[in-house]
Amino acid sequence: MLDNIRGGYHIALKDIVTYYFKAPNISWGLLFPFALILAFYLRSPGEFLELVPGLLALTVLFGSTSMEAIVITFERRIGTMERLFLAPISVGALVAGKIVAGAAFGFCTALAVLVIAVPLLSIPVHHPVLLLLGLAIQSLTYASMGALVAVTVKEVFEAQTLANFLRFPMVFLGGVFYPVAAMPEVLQYVAKVFPLTYGVNTVQAALGIGLPPDAAYIWGQLAIVAAFGLGLYFISTLVLSRQLR
Amino acid sequence: MAADKAPKAIEVHGLKKRFNGFDALKGLDFSVELGEIFGFLGPNGAGKTTTIRILTGLARPSAGTARILGLDIGRDMRRIKKQIGVVPDVSNLYGELSAADNLRFMAALYGVPRSERTARAGELLEEFQLANRAGSPFRTLSRGMKRRVTIAAALIHRPRILFLDEPTIGLDVNNARALRRAIIALREKGTTVFLTTHNLEEANFLCDRVAIIQAGEILTVQTPAALRAAAVERPILEVTFDGAVSDRITAAIQSLPGVCAVRLEAGGTVARVEADELSAILPRLVSLLDETGLLIKEINTLKPTLEDAFIRLTGSGEEVHPGA
Ligand SMILES: Nc1ncnc2c1ncn2[C@@H]1O[C@H](COP(=O)(O)OP(=O)(O)OP(=O)(O)O)[C@@H](O)[C@H]1O
Ligand SMILES: [Mg+2]
Repeated sequence: MLDNIRGGYHIALKDIVTYYFKAPNISWGLLFPFALILAFYLRSPGEFLELVPGLLALTVLFGSTSMEAIVITFERRIGTMERLFLAPISVGALVAGKIVAGAAFGFCTALAVLVIAVPLLSIPVHHPVLLLLGLAIQSLTYASMGALVAVTVKEVFEAQTLANFLRFPMVFLGGVFYPVAAMPEVLQYVAKVFPLTYGVNTVQAALGIGLPPDAAYIWGQLAIVAAFGLGLYFISTLVLSRQLR
Repeated sequence: MAADKAPKAIEVHGLKKRFNGFDALKGLDFSVELGEIFGFLGPNGAGKTTTIRILTGLARPSAGTARILGLDIGRDMRRIKKQIGVVPDVSNLYGELSAADNLRFMAALYGVPRSERTARAGELLEEFQLANRAGSPFRTLSRGMKRRVTIAAALIHRPRILFLDEPTIGLDVNNARALRRAIIALREKGTTVFLTTHNLEEANFLCDRVAIIQAGEILTVQTPAALRAAAVERPILEVTFDGAVSDRITAAIQSLPGVCAVRLEAGGTVARVEADELSAILPRLVSLLDETGLLIKEINTLKPTLEDAFIRLTGSGEEVHPGA
């Protein structure tokens, strides 16, 4: 167990240093959400606040998945993944390490956006701790989604395609730009299978924008996000272990 | 197994591997003693890499069992992994990390205490003459250096057994020699080495024992000396010509009384003639060649080589590169 935690930690640390926290990644990771926020703000400063929770969740989604899927696929392609398989740690620890690195990047991007945007645009925050916890859990869940994409494909371009194929319907149906409750009934059911939907709910309630700031509700939604994350993590680990044969 | 009896380094029984209906390993049985250099010698596609992948936990056998240091590969792989080092056939460290950082990362993964990682990495870089390139990104190193860093990375946690898949592939003569010396130095320190090669000279020079593997089957396991001795009881005459020998002349030599086999080498300019009694063959051979107009540059009598053994056992030398 200790071996696994240590191994996972070092894999995450190495990924963070070598892949994520590099100038181009950081600048792109921050530019993307700020451009979105600014665009919506300039368009309708009055209604802009309604979009903040969705945009925050989106920042976490893209930050946590964009590299995750590529990094693992890339490492399998160039053979360094085998090196990790040779180490005395479980496949689960390996996958966890990879996920934590992606999640750390998604979380930090969202945190940076928060730190700048909250005072600048006077965004209310009702439950700061729950907000951060919510963003952290979301980053892990979305990174797990990225990991599942990575272990199911062979090529890097396939990883990108599949990741987009999963993310885009989430963005449009997950309540980011348009409230789920106002969508046609069929689409409301579709929205239920996306972790992003529950993620947006947690951010809305934590900020008290679009939903009442009900702590119990936030915990409930977070539990669902976490369940998605655990499920995705276990499936990724299973898929990867089964490939070792 | 008696508790006081030290387990073998590697023990393999009936190991089989099937890939979509194709039998890559057809039931291997062999064992490796502690402290020896054991070679897997065979042509391309024989199953060498497949065997290493199974023994190191990268693939699962379709049937059979294997124990490493007495531990079962199916049940105790994690404990096994702590005691083995693996050098794959392709160097696969992180290209963006420096040689030293790669080693430190591996040390961390294998649980080398933080306080020892840098010292251990430095020690290995020194040992493999890489100290001056410690800070260079792995991808910028030459092939020989990459190979050495890869081996150093496999040794970072002081494994008791080292698996080397084609250790000298792609290296020039000097690098290959230095590497072979390094492998022998490892044995002197008590490390057991399992290596694969299709280089006969390498097997001959390095290994205490060699298993010849072909098409997923082990044909024999012997010391290189015993293999050579078993290969040819008859002496060999090596004749070097000033030009290539034609098929017609080869057939003529073959049909001389007393000649058992003829094999051409070096683009047909060298004939290796296996015969019952050389003294009887030599005059006939010379008069035959006089008629053809070919000039003999050199005649040697030879002791059989490992290659002769290999060819006798596998029936073909085509996929084997003789010596580096
Ligand atoms: N993942 C795989 N799927 C299907 N066939 C495979 C796979 N891995 C190996 N094989 C087949 O198994 C056989 C043995 O391959 P292996 O790589 O073990 O040979 P080798 O002795 O290492 O050869 P080389 O000297 O070329 O490295 C080959 O015919 C190869 O095509
Ligand atoms: Mg091979």
